[in-house]
Amino acid sequence: MSAYNPNFVPPAHAPVPLNGNNLVNGLPGAGQQQHPQPPPSAAQQYLAQKQPQQFQQAPPAAGAYPGAAANKFLPPTSAVVGGPPPLQLPPSTVPPSTLPPHLRPPPTTNANVNGPITNGSNGASSANSSRTASPRPMGAQPQQQPYGQGPVAAALGNPPRASPLPTSQQQQPAVANLTNSMQNLNLIPNRTNGATGSGSALPPQQQYPQQKDYRSLGVAMAQARPPQFIDDKGTTSGIAPNVMPSPFSGQKPPNLGPLPSKMFGTAATPDRPAPPLAGQRVAYGVPPPPSTEQQNQQNNNPQKAAPPPGTAWPAGIQSPQSPPTQQVQQPSPYAQAYPPPLQQQPLPPAVQPPPPGMFGTQPTGAPLQYQAQAPPQAYGQQQLPVQPQLAGPAAFGSPAPLNVAQQGFSRLWGQDTIDLMQNRHILSPATLPPPKVVLHNQFHESINCSPSIMRCTLTKIPESNSLLQKSRLPLGIVIHPFRDVNSLPVIQCINIVRCRLCRTYINPFVYFVDSKMWKCNLCYRVNELPDDFQFDPATKTYGDVTRRPEVRSSTIEFIAPSEYMLRPPQPAMYLFLFDVSIIAQQSGYLEAACAVLNRHLDEMPGDARTQVGFICFDSFVHFYSMAEGLNQPHEMTLLDIEDPFLPRPDSLLVNLKECKELVRDLLKQLPKRFAHTHDPGSALGAALQVAFKLMQASGGRITVFQSCLPNKGPGALEPREDPNNRSAKDVAHLNPATDFYKRFALECSGYQVACDLFLMNQQYSDMATISGISKHSGGCVHHFPLYQKTKPHMVDSFRTCFKRYLTRKIGFEAVMRIRCTRGLQVHTFHGNFFVRSTDLLSLPNVNPDAGYGMQISYDESLTDVKTICFQAALLYTNSEGERRIRVHTVCLPVTASLPEVMHSADTEAIVGLLSKMAVDRSVASNLSDARDAFINATIDVFNSFKIAQNLPSGQSGQLIAPRSLALLPLYILGLLKHPAFRVGTSTRLDDRVFAMDCMKTLPLDQLMKYVYPELYKIDALIYHARNSNSSTTQDDDEEEDEPLPELPRLQLSAEHLDSRSIFLMDCGTLIMLYVGLNVPSDVLETVLGISSTAELGDYVYGLPNVVSNENDVLKRFILRLNYDKPYSALVQIIRDTSTAKGQFIERLSDDRNDSSLSYYEFLQHIRAQVK
Amino acid sequence: MFLPETATFCITLLVYGAILLLLIYYVLTLADLECDYLNAQECCRRLNFWVIPKFGSHALLCVLLLLGGHWIMFLLNLPMVAWLFYEMHRQRRDSLGVYDPVDIHSRGLLKVHLRNCMIYLGYYFVMFFVALYCLISALIKGDPIKRYEDDEIVTDF
Repeated sequence: MSAYNPNFVPPAHAPVPLNGNNLVNGLPGAGQQQHPQPPPSAAQQYLAQKQPQQFQQAPPAAGAYPGAAANKFLPPTSAVVGGPPPLQLPPSTVPPSTLPPHLRPPPTTNANVNGPITNGSNGASSANSSRTASPRPMGAQPQQQPYGQGPVAAALGNPPRASPLPTSQQQQPAVANLTNSMQNLNLIPNRTNGATGSGSALPPQQQYPQQKDYRSLGVAMAQARPPQFIDDKGTTSGIAPNVMPSPFSGQKPPNLGPLPSKMFGTAATPDRPAPPLAGQRVAYGVPPPPSTEQQNQQNNNPQKAAPPPGTAWPAGIQSPQSPPTQQVQQPSPYAQAYPPPLQQQPLPPAVQPPPPGMFGTQPTGAPLQYQAQAPPQAYGQQQLPVQPQLAGPAAFGSPAPLNVAQQGFSRLWGQDTIDLMQNRHILSPATLPPPKVVLHNQFHESINCSPSIMRCTLTKIPESNSLLQKSRLPLGIVIHPFRDVNSLPVIQCINIVRCRLCRTYINPFVYFVDSKMWKCNLCYRVNELPDDFQFDPATKTYGDVTRRPEVRSSTIEFIAPSEYMLRPPQPAMYLFLFDVSIIAQQSGYLEAACAVLNRHLDEMPGDARTQVGFICFDSFVHFYSMAEGLNQPHEMTLLDIEDPFLPRPDSLLVNLKECKELVRDLLKQLPKRFAHTHDPGSALGAALQVAFKLMQASGGRITVFQSCLPNKGPGALEPREDPNNRSAKDVAHLNPATDFYKRFALECSGYQVACDLFLMNQQYSDMATISGISKHSGGCVHHFPLYQKTKPHMVDSFRTCFKRYLTRKIGFEAVMRIRCTRGLQVHTFHGNFFVRSTDLLSLPNVNPDAGYGMQISYDESLTDVKTICFQAALLYTNSEGERRIRVHTVCLPVTASLPEVMHSADTEAIVGLLSKMAVDRSVASNLSDARDAFINATIDVFNSFKIAQNLPSGQSGQLIAPRSLALLPLYILGLLKHPAFRVGTSTRLDDRVFAMDCMKTLPLDQLMKYVYPELYKIDALIYHARNSNSSTTQDDDEEEDEPLPELPRLQLSAEHLDSRSIFLMDCGTLIMLYVGLNVPSDVLETVLGISSTAELGDYVYGLPNVVSNENDVLKRFILRLNYDKPYSALVQIIRDTSTAKGQFIERLSDDRNDSSLSYYEFLQHIRAQVK
Repeated sequence: MFLPETATFCITLLVYGAILLLLIYYVLTLADLECDYLNAQECCRRLNFWVIPKFGSHALLCVLLLLGGHWIMFLLNLPMVAWLFYEMHRQRRDSLGVYDPVDIHSRGLLKVHLRNCMIYLGYYFVMFFVALYCLISALIKGDPIKRYEDDEIVTDF
């Protein structure tokens, strides 16, 4: 092991080498560490890595990770998160001191202090969290445990103190352990002051809105005190943060946010502050009192204790940039986020003074700090303040109470900023999770729609258009309406309750005037409730309207009564069009397609009425009649392709159940039938026209396989691409060459027919034009460039994709309507559909892998409303012929403050929307316009943030970003280097057009992988495998369920690569394993079944089966990555010296290449442009 | 010069009147679309049908005025003809016409179209009266009425 990866050596603090425990909890942390690693020296890296391990123990991490696994982008889901905490809690009852921080019991004593508040909050909080958390449950629950400790400790030590402690915890929601440790080190000398320190530290961190409730008391105190403390010892502040474990805050968090001020007010009332203060000081200040010490250890920190102060931690932590005091404060927030690393460790070590030299010496401290904090994945997300580096130096350097307080406030509100120039390694758990939607009290228990289904670019809506313009952020929603969801409440009722004016479906965010009336939240009309709405089907009781599923869940499905049908629900109808020209035969796709079809014929969604049909076309169109009574399909060939007609009215589409044998027979014969044709023509247009005639009566799905440019009959096209011009600055021909396909698609959409396209081209096939059939008919496009049956990986990839295509759910004759609160309206739609009226999308077919985007604009200002809602209602016929309505509702608060708007931005959704807008721009104008628009959008955003923050204008060495937008430049750079938008790199026109199409239609989670692939160093997995192997051989069952370590995501830069490790890059449909040159042979042996990298070919696909733990763990990891994808990704193994390395390297978008900037250069460019 | 002046202005007046009516139809149709009484495809099909006749009649009118030597009227009409021509020809190759059902609901195009229609309405309305004035002055020019000789009128007071 050690030889393999030195990094994973257990942290010094851990007496026992990493064992199961560490691994489980810690690995994730360890993974994260890597991020933080600054470019700097190897030594530093080493240190940094160690830190993570310490974190590993933090309980929250463990809880969070499983969730995280499910979805990379999103914080762990609520369900997942919820799971772990309960388990851990039981142990917690045991006296705190011995247990690791997370295990410790909830703060029972604390309850005394805060009395009602604490208890209430706990119980309530948990309840809340479970509900409210749903949108982005992350972190909250996990944190609880740590918090619990804190409270306990507080209680034990000094009752009075208790209050302050909790506050501190709250304040510093998610601080990295590392940071804490750092603080400890620095502070150690001041320890005595600890109390004061804590006080001082608190203010900045307090600001966490979410947590406030619980600790309102504590918070109040903290705020009040801060100045004093600071005066006493600004430096010591670090301790305070540590002190507070953030358990409670974690639970409570989300909802409270909006009304922090209120909370404070109420909280402040308690008298305790004064006494507590004294208590605090004493306790902390005087190291000796054992009880206090214990408290400290327990509460705080774990963090403090954890790191062997001087050694490992410092390195990771070092943030030389700011004076020590500063460091303390900054880190503290993070520290909390992280569960306390190691409580076990004795305080004393922690206390030891930090080597003074360390800070000074490390130049890149700032970045490090940030990163160090980052490691806490789930936790950090919401609360974590990213480092306020801005305020940092000034405020801390000269401990000015005011500044500190301000900083504290800003953090409390979740408004912290990052200097991007200083924090180059920005991709961290602190920045990844999207901001959480925090609603006002009235709705804070209502569950918002899952962010994976519907997401708004801003989680707080500006109250007027002018405010939106000031923020320069795009306002819109990205939606994945037909996503496969696990638990979807389905309701069948006689009358569906809707607003009589705007037809909004009743949802969790309506206001019930009384038991008979409800007020629509979109148009504000007061409606009557039907009597039967009082009945709760779940419990079979009357009287409580709020228990209705419609009011409890913001994603719901109704089984629609007959008034929602214009005609009887159609049966599932599938028509397949195969291109059988000579080029198609050479590529050999037909064999694979027919084989897959044959195998999954029974799994295609549909009922007994399901019909299928097949048409082949080259220069002519071939029909297959499978009439009853025939023992084999009859072929009819249509020669007149200029004016195509149907050769016979029936038997071309046949009932699948009745004619299955004939269909199978046909599918077996088809590949052979055309194996020897040499017809170079492709009459796609004619084939489409007859297909439409065939489907016209019922509607359904046409699946088109095309492998070359259509060159015969209607819709014939000319090759337009100039192969010598593929890397030119200006890309021409992004537009369709003819309106034939668009007209066809519109006609189809009128008759509820959708066209899906599989383009398996060998050469230029004018995707831009042909894809029109899918774009406007609600279909989907799949592209397999250079498909050859001789390339097994392409065949595999096509098979999995086509299998998913055949077997996934499908909705027919669908329409989707987007409703917004009065004052807003949908301005532009993105995706594949036809817009039938202002807010109605016609989707002849809807599939679970399609995403849509909408830009929102203002009709009037929203000054008099507190929340706004978007409701998407998808009405479709499922494959069983049932008419259903799926309704998603999302509710967002309105704000009048520019900084709040900026801090609530959701970077991923913004990038998703920007990419869609850029595609439109490049089609309507040209590519360089779109590229400029990306850069200008980024500059504008930072400009307006500068204005919002009242920062001095003019150049400075900083590029200040709100935490919520910290990743924007990174993603924008990824977009600029993406095949869709890059220039200067040879890109086939079809590939580019397809990439653009993906930008428009991929759901957000996949789009992000597509734009900015996930890069992992999988050493930790291997280490985990080995470790668990040795430690838990006896209970294999448990091992199976054991969560995989959470790996940190690495930025896409070659600086993270190292020749002794294996890296995994997840690009969505392709997973690349990059094997370094010097990977130890034992690792190769166990993971890949080879003894040296030389045995790897240039192009290796698929993960070999090796009977070993390592291989098994890696497979599970890949399985987890694939969990959210429509179909599992192809695995490609790339040797360091292989010719395929270019594919890997070109995706490292942070690095500079011939024609584009590196991330740092890009930042500098932006900084120079920001006035 | 092949038509008398009055005939030219009569035709001008009629063309303006017809276009005005057409524009009112446009506005109504677009408003229907906005209110969701009409399908986008249907709406665009109707509107696109009249785009060429509208442009054609106006272009012919221009030619007529040019031939008639009415320079000022010609210059007043030229910008609108040029704009209509540009509007028709700036469409992309896959576009289904000036009013494209696929795009009309995006990027606020519907609003833009409505706004344009209102501008056209205003323009043609003004031009209608200009033409009316021209027609009347042309009629008067050819009619030797002695305006100041009528004592009767004066005595009426």
